[in-house]
Order: sequence, then C-alpha cells, then structure tokens
Amino acid sequence: MTGTEFEPKIVGFFCQWCADAAADAAGRARIALPPNLRVVRIMCSGRVAPEFILQAFAAGADGVLVAGCLDGNCHYKNGNVTALKRMAVLKTVLTPLGIDSERVRRVGIGADDAKGLARVVSDLVETVRRLGPQPRSE
Amino acid sequence: MGKIISIDPITRLEGHGSLRLVYDDEGRFQDVYLQAPDFKGFEKFCEGRAVEELPALTQKICGVCPTAHHIAGVKALDDLFGVAVPPAARAIRELMHNAFIFEDHLLHFFYLGGADLFLGPDEPMMDRNVFGVIKKLGTDAGARIIDIRKQVRQLHATISGSALYPVCGLPGGVSKAISPEEKAQFQVITQKALAFAEWAVGLFHDRVLEGRHYGSLLARPYMKSDTYYMGLVDADGNVSFYDGTLRIIDPKGDVYASFEAADYLSHLAERVVPYSYMKQLYLKQVGWKGLVDGPGSGIYRVGPLARLNVSSGFDTPLAQTEYERMGAALGGWPVHSTFAYHWARLVEILYAAENMVRLSSLEQLTDSAVRNLPEGMGSSGVGVCEAPRGTLFHHYDADRKGLARGVNLLVATQNNAAGIQLSLSEAARAILAHQTEIDDTSLNVLEMVFRAYDPCMACATH
Amino acid sequence: MPKPKVAMYWLAGCGGCEESILDLGVDLLALTDRADIVFWPIAMDAKYRELDPLPDNSIDVVLINGAVRDEAQERMARLLRRKSKTVIAHGICAQAGGVPGLAGFHGRDKILQRAYQEVPSLESGGLPQAETQTDHARLRLPSLRESLVPLDRVIAVDYYLPGCPPPPELVKEALFNALDGELPERGSVLAESVALCRTCPRLASKPDTIHLKRFHRLYEVRWDPDRCFLEQGLICLGPATRGGCGAQCLKANMPCRGCFGPLDNVSDMGARVVAMLATLLDETDPEKLENIAAGVPDPAGLFYRYTLAASIIKRR
Repeated sequence: MTGTEFEPKIVGFFCQWCADAAADAAGRARIALPPNLRVVRIMCSGRVAPEFILQAFAAGADGVLVAGCLDGNCHYKNGNVTALKRMAVLKTVLTPLGIDSERVRRVGIGADDAKGLARVVSDLVETVRRLGPQPRSE
Repeated sequence: MGKIISIDPITRLEGHGSLRLVYDDEGRFQDVYLQAPDFKGFEKFCEGRAVEELPALTQKICGVCPTAHHIAGVKALDDLFGVAVPPAARAIRELMHNAFIFEDHLLHFFYLGGADLFLGPDEPMMDRNVFGVIKKLGTDAGARIIDIRKQVRQLHATISGSALYPVCGLPGGVSKAISPEEKAQFQVITQKALAFAEWAVGLFHDRVLEGRHYGSLLARPYMKSDTYYMGLVDADGNVSFYDGTLRIIDPKGDVYASFEAADYLSHLAERVVPYSYMKQLYLKQVGWKGLVDGPGSGIYRVGPLARLNVSSGFDTPLAQTEYERMGAALGGWPVHSTFAYHWARLVEILYAAENMVRLSSLEQLTDSAVRNLPEGMGSSGVGVCEAPRGTLFHHYDADRKGLARGVNLLVATQNNAAGIQLSLSEAARAILAHQTEIDDTSLNVLEMVFRAYDPCMACATH
Repeated sequence: MPKPKVAMYWLAGCGGCEESILDLGVDLLALTDRADIVFWPIAMDAKYRELDPLPDNSIDVVLINGAVRDEAQERMARLLRRKSKTVIAHGICAQAGGVPGLAGFHGRDKILQRAYQEVPSLESGGLPQAETQTDHARLRLPSLRESLVPLDRVIAVDYYLPGCPPPPELVKEALFNALDGELPERGSVLAESVALCRTCPRLASKPDTIHLKRFHRLYEVRWDPDRCFLEQGLICLGPATRGGCGAQCLKANMPCRGCFGPLDNVSDMGARVVAMLATLLDETDPEKLENIAAGVPDPAGLFYRYTLAASIIKRR
C-alpha cells in the first residue's frame, strides 16, 4: 500500500434470472455499477456452496455479495431460501476464521431493479472500504 | 566448548523426548538434559470451545491415555455444572477407567518397558522390543498378552465407543447404559483379566525379580531419590484411581498435605525449563530448590510407586498381599527406588483386575438411569483422576454461554518431570563420570532409568 | 529375496495412531513375518542415526502420523520422504491437521504465551528458547512454525488413511495392500467415499426431511438412543463425514464429530457442514434464522474440529 486509497474487491455471485438480469438492465439504463464488482454468473443463488464464498476470500476478495431472486420469486422455487439459510449458518463461522461477517451479504433483487442493485453493491463497497482490506494469512 | 552426545529419540516412549549428554573440553561428563522437543497448545486452543466438548477434545492430548483425559475432563464438567452422577454411571466410568489402567500398564510392562525387564541392558539394540520379549517368553505367552489386551479393550469399547477414542462422558453421567448381556460378557472378560494379572505377577517374580539385571538396578544408590509423593486415596486411605482425596507424603512417609482437587493451586506450582517444552511441577509451599531430593526440596513424584507410597494399600485381597510382599522385600514403605515403579505397576495391574471383577458384578451396573441433567452451570470446574502415569488435573473456566474461557491442565508426567530429570542426572553421573568410552549399554541404562517412570511426553507438553 | 522394509513415525501426533498399529495384535506379528520394521520409535530402539545410512527409496512403505508443527518435524518428514517409496499419511492430523490444527484460531505466539506465561499454576514463567547456553554446551530446541500444517503441505503424500485414529482394520488393510502392491491410484484416501450417515445404525429413523426450529446442547436434553441425532436437534456431523470408522461414537450413543474428515472432492469440510445444517432449518425469516444459527455453540470449532489446518481460509 503506497498511500493510494484502498479499493475493495467485491465478488458478486449473481443468479442469472434476477440479479444478473438486473445488472444487464443497469447497463442498458446506463446506471453504473461500482468498478469494484466482479460478477460470477450462476444459475441460482441456491447453487452458491459456502465454499465458493470462502474461496472468493482466499482468492483475494474483500467482500462477497450473493444476489438471487426476490423472496417467493425464485425461478427454481426455493433456491433463494437455500441461500438465505446457508448464509445464516455460514456467518457464524466467519468471525472465528478472521472474516468480518459484514463483508458478506445476501440479497434478493428484482430482474429489472437496476437501481436497487447499484445501491446494494455501493453500500457493500462502502462497508468493506470502512473495514479495510481483508487480512490475508500469507 | 564441550560436546554433546545425544540419545535421540528416546525410544519405547509415548511422545517425543531426547537426552543430551554434555561433556566438557577434556571429555569429562558434566550433566544430562532431558528435552521434550514438541508442543501443541491445548490450553489455548481449547478456549472458545463448547465446554461439553472438552472431554472429547482434551483427550486428543494423548492417544495412549485418552481415557484418563476423558475421565478428568468429564469430572471437571460434573463440577462445573454442579451435577451428581447416578450410581450406574459412576460404576460404568470406574469400570472403564480400571480397564484402561489395566491394559495401559500392561502395554508398558510388555511392549514398552518389557525389554528392560525381560531382556537386559546389554541385549542387541534391534532385539530390544516387544518382539524380542515374545521370543523370550514364548509364543503362547505372546498370544496370551495380545489376547487379553484385545478383550479388555473390547470391554472398554462397549462402554465408550472405542478404547482409542472414548466418547461416553457427559456432565452428570455417561451416554449409554449397560445391558445384562453386556454385563455378562464383562464378567467373563474381567475374570480372564484377573487370571492374567496373577500370571503376570508370577512372571514378574520368576523372570524379572529372579533375573540377573532387575534386582541389581533396584538396589543401586543412584536409582533412589528421597522425594515427596502424591496420589489419590479413598476414605480409608487406600489407592483409588477414579476419585478420592489428594495426599502428599514427605520423604519419610509422613502425611504432608491432604486436599481436594479444587485446591490444587494452593499446593502445586510449575516452572518453565528454557531448553524443553515440558514444564516441571513442584510443591508450592516447599518451593523450588533445584534438582535435589530430601524434605527441603519441593520435588515430588506421582504414578504407581507414588500411589503405593502415599496409601495404606489396597481394598482388594490379591493386590494387598502383593503390596505387602513388595514393601517387605524393599525395606518398608515408602520405597524410593525408581526401578520399583515397575513392580508397583504390576501390583496395580492386579488391583485394576480385581476392581474390574468387583465393578462388573455390581447390581447397579445395568441400571438404565445413567445420566442426571444439570440444572445450572457454574463458572469453574476442576476434575482429577489417577492416570496410569500419575495424577491428572483438568481445570475449566466457562463463560455464561458455556464456552471455555480458561483451561489449565496439569498432566501426569509433568508432575514427574523434575523427578525424572533428577534421576537421570544422578544415574548419568554415576555411570558416565568415570567412563572414557561411551557404550551402547550405558546409554541404554539411562533410557531404562527414564522409562521406569513410563513417561508420556505428548501428555507432558500438550 | 530380502523382505520389504516398513517404517512408522509420528510428527505432531498424540500416539493414538501408534496405538492403532499396536492394536493390530496378532497381525502385527504377521507383519514382522512379511516385512522388516526398520524404524518405529514407540516400539523399537532404532534411533535417528540408524536412518541416515539407508539409501534413498529403500523403505518400501512408511506410515507417518501427526501434522507438522515444528521445524524438526518438517525435517523428519522430508527425510522419510526421501528414504521411502510410498508415504501414507496416517490419521486425520497428517491428512488435515486434526485437533491440534485448532491452534490456527490463535497462531503460534498465543499458544506459547498461554502455556508458558499465563496459566494460573505458573510461578515463574518464560518462553522456551530456541537456544539455551548451559555451562558447557548450547542446547537447541526446535522452533514452532507459525501454523501447524498437514503433511502434504511439506512433502508429497501418496495415500491418506483417515480417522482419529484410523481403526486397526483399516491400518492393517493399508499396510498389507501396500506390501502386496495392491493400493489404488496414488493420492487416494484409503476408505470408501460414503458418508458416515449412510452407514449409521440409526439411518432407518432419519426422516427424508428434517425440520429444526432450534439446536440443543448435549447437556440440555436426553435423547432417544435409537433415533437420528439431527432429527432430535443435536448436531451430528455424520452426513458431512466420511464413513469407515464403524460408527463407534454412534454406537456409544454420541453424535459424530467428523474425525474421518470430508468425502472425496470436498475442498472445505466446515463449509460442507454449514451447507448440511442449513438444509435442516425450518425457517425463512432472516432474523429467526440467525437466532437458530446462534444456538450452535462454537460453530467454527465444531465444524472444523479436525480440518481447520486444511480449510480454504487457514491452509497455507
């Protein structure tokens, strides 16, 4: 670090039906998503195994966003509920592993809610900026 | 700068240990240092763990004596939760503990220490092991040793899940009741164990005591250390493995202190030795006076010989007879010869077997009530038991969520750490001071001195 | 033809894996008929100096148990690798760090500080030293690594024998198969990749779906000795743990704690446990879900009990 401001790296696991669609909508509407975001497109937020999130941190992420469909709107019926439950349990192990649980967030996003998505991402970027870089064990 | 000759690793030992023999520039022997070269940090990483998990977690200190840690741990939980144990659970725990001490002492008598007893210090290195012992005693004896170990460990596993990893301990009892069928099996196995113990004692008399090595080692002045001793005794002052009052005697044999486990910090203290990961314990009120014996020095010893020294004997007939025989042969109690640890271990094998027979026939053993649920939780618990190698303390402090916030463990071999170093220094000076050439036999005798204690270095450093 | 050579050694282990060899009983005698045991410190008197003259690759099979906690263990691991054709990581410590790997929550300095400077029984504390000058010599003591690591972080490992410790039957199979040249593909774990849950004596009582509103702690409740632990609200790691242990804890009426480690192709055992437990929760309100999850005491210490040193976040 040589005086330049810390720019958090955020990995977004985006379900293709809603969150990723919202990201496309943002592009069409020329709503900029923060450049900190790297998106991994997945079929469903219920596909995000907890180890994906840990792997993202190990690979250099400072924050992780799991974004799926809105409650009751999952394309696969209840994949987003699975994601919700996993997040609740995963958060209990993050702190002892040295990861502030505020660095990880799960949200539901409507397919056309570009503004909502931009807000969520910006908010996570700012939270993580405040927390500073995720300490690496090396 | 002198030179160092190493015995590395010390073998037929649980865990890692090395002896460094230090010589000056002129090649004169100066001293020997016992090093425990490794460390794991249980007292720290048990912090934050759920307290109910600690008896299963702390037993991972030692795969040779996991049962002792499991018992001390679960007794610390009984204390922490302020919960009494139903009679059946008490009998089950005690049966498991005695089965464990039986087979663990047996492990030392034949597998680890066996070559020191049945063979001799001058036997070729590659023969000094259990295979050499079996060759010497015959394959029938070998088969018998292997078989009884297996059966007693099977009894243990029926109670605990596995003799390698017992898990049955819960605050207020145990997880599993014993069925009448299991009890019947236990009675058969424990009778066999008793017959085996009598045979082993006979073997000790015929093949070890009558042999050419043991008697002479027993009598050598450098094998005697006039130390204090500590062990658990029951209400009648007899040896007790599972529970009781701690008794310390002075080198003359007079009771120096009696106390409950919860008061251990008033009586025992430990010091760091910079060249080893093994801390040394000593009597706090006498103080650390260096590596010397006698009433002015806080060095005390634990384990089989210590238990026989502090107690008035055993509440079972065969062990009591053998105890009296041993006392008479060695000039009365207390016995200070370090090599007498082996004999004391044999007396305890007999006691453990007799005790197993008694416990396995108890009416309450098959009661279905094996667990009381705690009604609350305190902030601190201390558990104690006699491990094969000596007194073992587990002390857990808990926070309000029932997570461990402080763990302190005083483990059997740590109690003996100063005594072992003292014995080694005295023996090494006597043996090596006048030698110019160091031979394998002398080095082996030093290891035999160390091994008489049946140390466990994994425990001692934890 | 000369007999094949076998060695057994321990690094940061507890001796339980050694007991799993001693427990071979008569099979141990059979082993000595088939092979020469050239190095096995717990049972035989050969010293380190007896290893040095052995040519490289002259030991046919070595079983190494324990993780790597200090520099001396690292050296021994490398030496044994060089001398041996086949290295079997014996037990969960060698495979994934085991219980001593929980030190990864704290790091080297804190574990040393606790034992040598803090515990209430200390009268005179101070850290053990890498070098101590006595009157006539300098004594060296191995230094701890910053973190404990599984064996394959230090040397190439050919096979893994899981368990804490592995049952003697598995040890026997591994040893004799190795001598017969009948081991599977290199890199294999020498126990079937089937979840313990599938072999559990209580499996019949496990419903297709479990609906939990809360977790209980072991000291809070009594449980039915014949029914699935999870269904009774008690955490059992059986669904996320490799079987092959004989379900010994279950038979003693206690839940699984994961000592056989993960199944094949699982990169992080704790994360698997997270996913497994999450499916059991009967709740969709985020706040209530968090409350249920908060009812698990020490989740990280439990889910990673034997594998923290091999976890995605802590391995290095």
